[in-house]
Amino acid sequence: MTSDNHRVTSLPCRAAMNASDSDDDSYNERTALVQSENPVVPSYRPEPDLNPPSDTPPKRSGVTRRAGPAAMDGGGGGGGGGSVGGSDQDVDADDEELTLKYGAKHVIMLFIPVTLCMVVVVATIKSVSFYTEKTDQQLIYTPFTENTPSVGRRLLNSVLNTIIMISVIVVMTIFLVVLYKYRCYKFIHGWLILSSLMLLFWFSFMYLGEVFKTYNLAVDYPTVGVIIWNFGAVGMICIHWKGPLQLQQAYLILISALMALVFIKYLPEWSAWVILGAISVYDLVAVLSPKGPLRMLVETAQERNEPIFPALIYSSAMMWTVGMASPADAQRSGHETDEEAEQSSRGAEPEGRQSRSIPEDDLEEDRGVKLGLGDFIFYSVLVGKAAATGGDWNTTLACFVAILIGLCLTLLLLAIFKKALPALPISITFGLVFYFSTDFLVQPFMDNLAAHQFYI
Amino acid sequence: MTAAVFFGCTFIAFGPAIALFLFTIAREPLRVIFLIAGAFFWLVSLLLSSLVWFISVQISNKDSAAQQKGLLIFGVVLSVLLQETFRFAYYKLLKKANEGLLTLSQEETMPISIRQLAYVSGLGFGFMSGAFSVVNILADSVGPGTVGIHGDSQHYFLSSAFMTMAIILLHMFWGVVFFDACEKQRWWAVAAVVISHLIVSCLTFQNPEYVASLVPTYVILFLMGVWAFYSAGGSLRNLKLCLTCKDKDFLLANHRPR
Repeated sequence: MTSDNHRVTSLPCRAAMNASDSDDDSYNERTALVQSENPVVPSYRPEPDLNPPSDTPPKRSGVTRRAGPAAMDGGGGGGGGGSVGGSDQDVDADDEELTLKYGAKHVIMLFIPVTLCMVVVVATIKSVSFYTEKTDQQLIYTPFTENTPSVGRRLLNSVLNTIIMISVIVVMTIFLVVLYKYRCYKFIHGWLILSSLMLLFWFSFMYLGEVFKTYNLAVDYPTVGVIIWNFGAVGMICIHWKGPLQLQQAYLILISALMALVFIKYLPEWSAWVILGAISVYDLVAVLSPKGPLRMLVETAQERNEPIFPALIYSSAMMWTVGMASPADAQRSGHETDEEAEQSSRGAEPEGRQSRSIPEDDLEEDRGVKLGLGDFIFYSVLVGKAAATGGDWNTTLACFVAILIGLCLTLLLLAIFKKALPALPISITFGLVFYFSTDFLVQPFMDNLAAHQFYI
Repeated sequence: MTAAVFFGCTFIAFGPAIALFLFTIAREPLRVIFLIAGAFFWLVSLLLSSLVWFISVQISNKDSAAQQKGLLIFGVVLSVLLQETFRFAYYKLLKKANEGLLTLSQEETMPISIRQLAYVSGLGFGFMSGAFSVVNILADSVGPGTVGIHGDSQHYFLSSAFMTMAIILLHMFWGVVFFDACEKQRWWAVAAVVISHLIVSCLTFQNPEYVASLVPTYVILFLMGVWAFYSAGGSLRNLKLCLTCKDKDFLLANHRPR
């Protein structure tokens, strides 16, 4: 966050974490944009490792949002009253309009990557059958099988699986917070690198193998070796060091999609749904409650004036710094990860930032919005599962729209409250509601209509 | 079947809508957001009408085909009415949002006008409606199969695609006319929109007599298009200027008083 501070001292701004409540700061359009830049308060959620290799605490990042406050009002389309921070007297109509447009732009800057991730996951699910094949192999975090004949037993098993998974996540988060508090940066860093290595090389190799099998392509090992080596090496560099913004964003999206696919494959049916619900609740609690681990993480980072684990966050824009060598922009994302599978270690990576310098006079920058990779992953898991079960596209579409609207509302709330907010609850709730209702209510209706070719 | 039919029907059904989206909406983030919100509202209306239909089916006699068909027709009518209700609800929500923004900015300018909102929301409704009607059919058209093997019509896919295109464009026109009528408090126009929607849906009850359902639908589409054009402020003069590339306002994409 250091560079953030340098950066923003030139503009009136408020301390990021005091969040949101001081409406008396002088506030103009710039501030509105800048302050969202501040401390990113992402909510990280540690993820448990699925397969052993890493013993690093997996983390799932939450959402960091940065969006011009007023922006969301417009963006949400209904937020009119809300306001932005406060209704600053100085904001004139043009600024207001501009802020609104900026905010809407930020929303779209998140819509596009989320949509791309979902498209990759759905396309893979629909074409590569590997990820929908039922397998008896399960993650060690979901030990209870769902192959039981009775419904009650199955439900009980899925709830137990969820409890285990969530407790692993909680333990990992707390472990991470402890590590961070005691400044074990090297440990976290190493963890992060290890998990991204695993993801970029091993899982993409598996994915490539499955794609070749699906399309019946015979490819020799040296070629695959070259492809995977290049893909992984460039990915590691882009994510952990420097690279073009769009390439980095693309890698983050691909990584999130890979993680989501692994989850879709290895989580048993009912457990997956219950886990999605439980994760949203956990996200809510961890980010908003005063003793939540993520909130503590954020506060610690604030005290130290450091950026909070820039890894594993998707950032939609570069931070423009003035004479700054390494902006604190957290573009870096690390590896994702979500719970299971890979070890997602998200560690703080103070160094991995991309920097870009701009001419001094150009202070106008578009800091963009940030969203944690864990959110990408869970959105994609929901939509992917909707696509995997049954050949029905309506359910997939409905979940997709529901998640986007949830994200929009979350960004609107972000603009209103201006502090770190969990990105999962609203979207996942909408997604789950629409999944079940479309699957059970709308689908029969639409099928009947299509059979008779009635149109509504 | 297969790829040719799939791509052909997809482009027939969604071509105009996607073109409209790409050329007029994709560049403006605010419009995209309102489009998706409109799609969401349509989805909610569908959900509610499916719920009612589902409940009515559960309490009915499942063996009687006539009763099931009657319930389906009831479901269609209910769905149409609910869609229009939600269109009205969306209109109210947008008005409130706009008013809020206006009071906040203390100026007269709004970032997006109610007419643009009408167009965008209509298109959002249309996209979702079209997608839900036709996506499963398109997915089936890729795979192996024979159309109409049991004696049904051979033109199932094609007619579905054309009907979907008509519905999407109709939703857009209905949106424009509806919002304009609400703005000017012309309730007869609102009623006309609802009635025309009902007519179009009821025409599809005649499927697979495609001539009887598609031709009147396209006639209604054309009429609604003309009505929407006039209510959006178009006129023959504007049209002529636009087509002969003499309309400076349009060319500069900038609205200024002439």
